[in-house]
Amino acid sequence: MRLFGHRPTVLAWIGILIVSAFIAVAILAPWIAPYSESESVSETWADMSTQYPLGTDNIGRDILSRLIFGARMTIGIALATTLLSFTIGTTLGFAAAAFGRAVDQILSRIVDVVLSVPVLVWALILLQGANGSIVALVLTLAGLDSTRVFRLARAVATNLVAMDFVEVARLRGEGLGWIMFREILPNALPPMITEFGLRFCFNFLFLASLSFLGFGIQPPFADWGSMVRESGGGINQGVVAALWPALAIALMTIGVNLIVDWVLSINARPSGASAEL
Amino acid sequence: MSDGILRLENLRVESISGLVLVDNISLELQRGEVLGLIGESGAGKSTIGLASMVYARAGCKITGGKVIIEDFSARDLSATGRRDLRGQKIAYIAQSAAASFNPAHRIIDQVTEMPIQHGLMARAPARTWAVDLFRQLDLPDPGRFGQKYPHQVSGGQLQRAMVAMAISCRPDILVFDEPTTALDVTTQIEVLALIKRLIREHNTAALYISHDLAVVAQVADRIMVLRGGKLIEQGTSAQILLRPSDPYTTALVSERKAADRLSVDSSAPRGKEVLGVKNATGAYGKFVAVNDVTLSVSRGETVAVVGESGSGKSSLARLIVGLLPAKSGSVTFAGETLPPALKERSRDNLRRIQLIYQQPDVALNPRQTIGEIVGRPVKFYFNRPPKEVKRRVAELLTQVGLPEDYAGRLSTALSGGQKQRIAIARALAAEPDLIICDEPTSALDQLVADDVLKLLKRLQDELGVAYLFITHDLGIVRRLAHRTAVMLRGKIVDEGPTAKIFAPPFHPYTQNLLMSVPEMRVDWLTNILDARAKLVDKA
Repeated sequence: MRLFGHRPTVLAWIGILIVSAFIAVAILAPWIAPYSESESVSETWADMSTQYPLGTDNIGRDILSRLIFGARMTIGIALATTLLSFTIGTTLGFAAAAFGRAVDQILSRIVDVVLSVPVLVWALILLQGANGSIVALVLTLAGLDSTRVFRLARAVATNLVAMDFVEVARLRGEGLGWIMFREILPNALPPMITEFGLRFCFNFLFLASLSFLGFGIQPPFADWGSMVRESGGGINQGVVAALWPALAIALMTIGVNLIVDWVLSINARPSGASAEL
Repeated sequence: MSDGILRLENLRVESISGLVLVDNISLELQRGEVLGLIGESGAGKSTIGLASMVYARAGCKITGGKVIIEDFSARDLSATGRRDLRGQKIAYIAQSAAASFNPAHRIIDQVTEMPIQHGLMARAPARTWAVDLFRQLDLPDPGRFGQKYPHQVSGGQLQRAMVAMAISCRPDILVFDEPTTALDVTTQIEVLALIKRLIREHNTAALYISHDLAVVAQVADRIMVLRGGKLIEQGTSAQILLRPSDPYTTALVSERKAADRLSVDSSAPRGKEVLGVKNATGAYGKFVAVNDVTLSVSRGETVAVVGESGSGKSSLARLIVGLLPAKSGSVTFAGETLPPALKERSRDNLRRIQLIYQQPDVALNPRQTIGEIVGRPVKFYFNRPPKEVKRRVAELLTQVGLPEDYAGRLSTALSGGQKQRIAIARALAAEPDLIICDEPTSALDQLVADDVLKLLKRLQDELGVAYLFITHDLGIVRRLAHRTAVMLRGKIVDEGPTAKIFAPPFHPYTQNLLMSVPEMRVDWLTNILDARAKLVDKA
């Protein structure tokens, strides 16, 4: 079987399998989860049993159900964040490359300022007054992440803007919208798609760590990062509850990375993805 | 067997995907002999040159045959043995000296690297030897030349420095891979003369690879004509030039000869002026690239702008289209004065001047289909509905000699000549009055370039479009241009009907340019050098 005109490797297939399984779980959560994500159904720290396949957490909620609903929250937010961050970062990055020096200088220096402070610090500051609003969370993460996307998009577009076919479009009198999205974007897609996979992983882990610190998704909603935090205390008493969400985070990250590696290897071939070897 | 110093027997080189790049080639080279390898791109010339050093590019493999240097089979050598062989026995001079030198090291360190690394010389004697080589190669101020970095010397000097690097270990065999192709004609002649002298003085054997028959004929004793990795014909240089027996060689020779004759009647009265440039000056920062240029192009006329690299020809084109806004002077189009900057020009003014680029690969967006590329100007300038755009694209493709069903393909699937035809179709789609052609054939193989030139000529006859033809190739000028302007350091030094420019009395610079273009005679270089020596004697 071929995907986008290329045959996936065995490792890529494993990645595709993991990611699509998680996405399916996220979509079907209300139908496949045995219990609700917020309801205490048993005593705390119940062991694994047929009734509670992965046991229960610190306030007696079914871990499997929370894991399933958590997939929805975690993957959904990471995806929304990455999409938004790419829309902002790519548009501004292309604009910096295509509009000329002044725009480039202003945008690049703003980005430099943002990048000079660690993202976690920015996120903690910006999320102070957010009161657990998911929209605020997505906007903050996307805004911070878009600075990284901006740098890549700008670098790729700067090379493309110098090409003769862009000059042809300019000489024809095309507007900047056409130049950015019809001439540059299609040629920038391969590296941008690869970056998308990597940024998705990063956002996903960042969200988990924010939740772990208590700034991400707020209870009673489940997400894998906060599940690790809530069940972390159990580790001392020999309860493995915290390992399940951690395992889910690890699996998802590995799955996305396997796909990204494959896409990267396509682009690393001579003369880009179009090379017929 | 005779005492050949290099012998290739039934050489075969394949790419990893199984493509045969060099097919059953045998050759023999004696000391003091020069063998010319000629052919278009993909003929396997360079691959043979590299294979004679038992080297194949990444992705290629020598799969059969023998490489015999003196008496031993070089393919049987170990990696160390091959390493010693390269440089000491056989050395390679590449086309682009600029790409072969490391910009971060001084020239002398790179020239002496090989003898020092091979353990042939200590540092101090190697340096003295390098300076001696610089002197032999007529480089200016040989004592200090080596202290410069590659970017501080001219292209011709760097090419000579690379020759110095190649002969630093006194190899017996030299492989020249298009050593003068990247140089201007006036520089080429110097480097050619030097290569010739060097081979004679050092009594080395040489392989000389080139796509230009006239150049090869000056240095080579024998010539092999290659195509698609196969041998087409071989013979002495005079035989190939005067009595080619294979149809392919005949086509190459006659095409090259056509460039030596004037073929445009430039005596007819000129039509209405389309483009008028008056006292225009354009600069990049403080560097004045176009200096007080006045030029006019009439309807249905071809005006050639010739000059060497850096003479400001392309900058003039950029000034006309508005990419390099003129600082002073004016550009008028069909009687109307154009604003200097591109952004201020009306859409209709943009439409009426189109540009064709040197590199069709980068002038066409690789992610758009041919239909989108050619159809866009139709939609953009004339706002036709999709159906009509499609019809017009088919019409344009037919006009430039391509099948209509190419509209659905990506340009990356086409050859260089076909890509250039697409670029021409795109320019025509705007229905322009003037097309500026910036070296449109210099990236193409000879016979392909010939077809593109014929196409341009036919289109002019059919549509009455005017061309401003920027080129360094005087052969093209003779074949296409009604009028010619010669540029030197940003200024037009000579301008007029082509027949007049190419007939005495010459402007001194034009004469120098004309004399430097290799002609299809074996003794051309010798004659030119003699003539020059006489001039010097007189002075």
